[in-house]
Amino acid sequence: MGLTAPAEHRTVSYIPESQEGWALTRLDFLVNWARANSLWPMPFGTACCAIEFMATAASDFDLARFGMERMSFSPRQADVLICAGRVPFKLAPIIRRIWQQMPQPKWCISMGACASTGGMFDNYAVVQGIDTIIPVDVYVPGCPPRPEGLIYGIRMLQEKVKNERAADKGTRDEMEPDPSSQLYIPPSVIDELGEPFGNSVNQTRSAQ
Amino acid sequence: MSRRTIEVELSTSGLDAQGRPQRVPLVTNDGGTAVAVEPPPGVEPDLEGEHMLINLGPQHPATHGVLRLVLELDGETVVRCIPHIGYLHCGFEKIGEYRQYNQIICWTDREDYLNSIGNNVAFALGAERLFGIEITERCKVLRVIASELSRIMSHLVWLGTFCIDIGAFTPFLWAFQRREEIYRLIEKWVGARLTTSATRVGGMAADIPSGWMDGLRQFNRTFPHTLDEIDRVLTRNAIWVGRTVGLGVMTPDEAINWGLSGPMLRASGVDYDVRKDFPYLDYETYDFEVPVGTNGDVYDRYLVRFEELRQSVRILQQAADRLPDGPVNIDDPRIILPPKSKATSEMESMIHHFKVVMEGPRPPIGESYVAVESPKGEKGYYMVSDGTAKPVRWRIRPPSFVNLAAIPKMVEGHLLSDVIAINASIDIVMGEIDR
Amino acid sequence: MSRFEVVRTGASASDSIPVTQKNVSHRKEPPNPSAAALQRQFSSAIKRVEVIWGETVIYVDAASVKQIIRWLHDDQSQRYDFLSDVTAVEYRDAEVPIEVVWHLRSLPFRRFLRIKAQLPKGTSLEIDSVYDIYRSADWLERECYDMFGIRFNGHPDLRRLLMWESYKEGYPLRKDFPLRGRFSRSEQLRQALAQNPEARYSMEELTIADAFAELPEDMRQRLNKGERTGE
Repeated sequence: MGLTAPAEHRTVSYIPESQEGWALTRLDFLVNWARANSLWPMPFGTACCAIEFMATAASDFDLARFGMERMSFSPRQADVLICAGRVPFKLAPIIRRIWQQMPQPKWCISMGACASTGGMFDNYAVVQGIDTIIPVDVYVPGCPPRPEGLIYGIRMLQEKVKNERAADKGTRDEMEPDPSSQLYIPPSVIDELGEPFGNSVNQTRSAQ
Repeated sequence: MSRRTIEVELSTSGLDAQGRPQRVPLVTNDGGTAVAVEPPPGVEPDLEGEHMLINLGPQHPATHGVLRLVLELDGETVVRCIPHIGYLHCGFEKIGEYRQYNQIICWTDREDYLNSIGNNVAFALGAERLFGIEITERCKVLRVIASELSRIMSHLVWLGTFCIDIGAFTPFLWAFQRREEIYRLIEKWVGARLTTSATRVGGMAADIPSGWMDGLRQFNRTFPHTLDEIDRVLTRNAIWVGRTVGLGVMTPDEAINWGLSGPMLRASGVDYDVRKDFPYLDYETYDFEVPVGTNGDVYDRYLVRFEELRQSVRILQQAADRLPDGPVNIDDPRIILPPKSKATSEMESMIHHFKVVMEGPRPPIGESYVAVESPKGEKGYYMVSDGTAKPVRWRIRPPSFVNLAAIPKMVEGHLLSDVIAINASIDIVMGEIDR
Repeated sequence: MSRFEVVRTGASASDSIPVTQKNVSHRKEPPNPSAAALQRQFSSAIKRVEVIWGETVIYVDAASVKQIIRWLHDDQSQRYDFLSDVTAVEYRDAEVPIEVVWHLRSLPFRRFLRIKAQLPKGTSLEIDSVYDIYRSADWLERECYDMFGIRFNGHPDLRRLLMWESYKEGYPLRKDFPLRGRFSRSEQLRQALAQNPEARYSMEELTIADAFAELPEDMRQRLNKGERTGE
């Protein structure tokens, strides 16, 4: 059987060039330039990556060059949530709430291996990647990433911000996926998909 | 038109007998005293008697990690404080039961991440006690250098963040600039800045490269100038003294009973330093002093840690002068990797290499607990072995965990902004507290 | 603000300068003098004395642990004033009981002692708390409860410390608890997100906040009966 889209789904045809005029393009450029160069980070620093984040913000690898020296510890005033460090399950509702408290436009950088995938903590206590809880824009690998690595990630985020378009309506959407949409996966299927794969269950058996 | 403002001034100089700022009544310009009048009961119920319960954290700039304090406040005075931890619990001890001894060293970096190389040393000492092996003289001196560098790094972070909490931003930048120098040194030695994994059971991951000692001596020469600079800015500063003296006092008996260790205990007047009382790595042969405070308040903890920085430089200089030549690792290929040249040319060495990497060294049945003086206090790893390559139990004795438990005692009766200062003076690392 | 006298540790120790222990033998080091004193004082309750890698380990009867530790703390010839650690060890062998371990230090005499009590698996794991002897036992025992399920009788506030109070998967450091937990990742995440961080107040906090009066009636009754959030 072929995959045919049911009739009630509306298809959106999006041709960027036809959507924007010259003025809108210039406005986009201005707004994105302003946003990208003055991202106020919300340092959600938990562990070792937070120390490297602090080192990046200090004099040698100055984050003020990128407009990010104003750390906003109140999520209401922040643009970027930089999750620096491992997030255990006890902290999961906290980071979710912090993300929900941040006003749009907001982005998220997952700094370090533990925030991106759970890192070396594949156990009962650690969330295996904060992208299971909040949407992440940039992943910065490393344990901890060098300050240069974090700055590369921030530059990547700035590029992403600069490529946003106001005409793109879905960018700032924050809804949960609609259960009747094709994007929704029921929990039982997620459970199947979420089981350890390969040899990861028997990792402990490799040596006596 | 009636005047909407009245001019007021202080009735006294505003300082008490010791020269500290004091709350004094205001005097209006017609001679009367402007006082806050208590409203009659029932008119302003919000001002009467009810205590307020506020939540500090777990996401907060000044809690030094994910700590949550629930404070009961009477106005601005703390009546009770209930700390909640566990927001960084990552199952270290559980994972330790599934990893070989050399693999656990990687986890010791992440646990107290300010003192990562010191933790590596502590774990290696415990594991070597469990295996029953003696390390080489060169390795001992290198480990002393590593421990003291890590003590300096940790105290510099503490100093920087403590200053930010009180409100002084600049020493943070100075401290982190010095830390970058140490990071560069450690990176040349081990390859990583923060999560070093520098030791192995029986030796070190790598020997120092040539020319490294010059870098260390250069650091020893220039670091005391930064200390002098910070000292000039902070130690006799009226704001600093006013905000830290008399806060969070713990008497010596209380401090011992609450299990405090490290600078917290020494600031209360108890002369307990693991390097002097239960020495390891030949610390009794180094000439250094242990600063002990008198009043047990936040200011004394600052002075104790500051002086420890100077003493660490002293130890580093002595260690740099006495570093002997010789091998870094012990000569037992069943425990530590043989040199690469032998492993690629001799069959037995290759087999030993294979077994050490795949199976891991196996200690005899037993248990060991070796305590070291980490910058936070008495740190120890209690390991129980059943003869296999993975420990049965790996327990981390976390100094900040026990130190933090005393916070309800220390903040009672103080103001809300003092809670931040007292919390900062404990020097907590949530990675170690929650493990 | 009083000025304290500096308390010199090792003040009562016989040898003045301690040195780094070298070439410690596996089992042949001499035991801590406190071992002999304990055997004189509590002959029946002391089951075994071992010296492993220079550290004296004393196995005691679980029922008399508190009495022994109190004697070690109060007696002027012992003065174990510093409780370094309270933890537990579960062995991989199912027959071997769970051991509860206390690490005690005497700062005046510069001594270190390890006391162990064995709790057979399959029984309810309960032992006396030393909270009223050492305040540092407060959080150490709470953590032991959280990780192993060992109840400390006499502890004023035995709640979970590191995991959240309504954690349902069990006691993590037990050997029958798998490394990655009992539930699937998505179930763990669902349960984690379902915890309302502001609802997990202890009885103390609820009384402060007067939120107790706003709780539903059955919950108030259960809390009054001593039900603890956290099993």
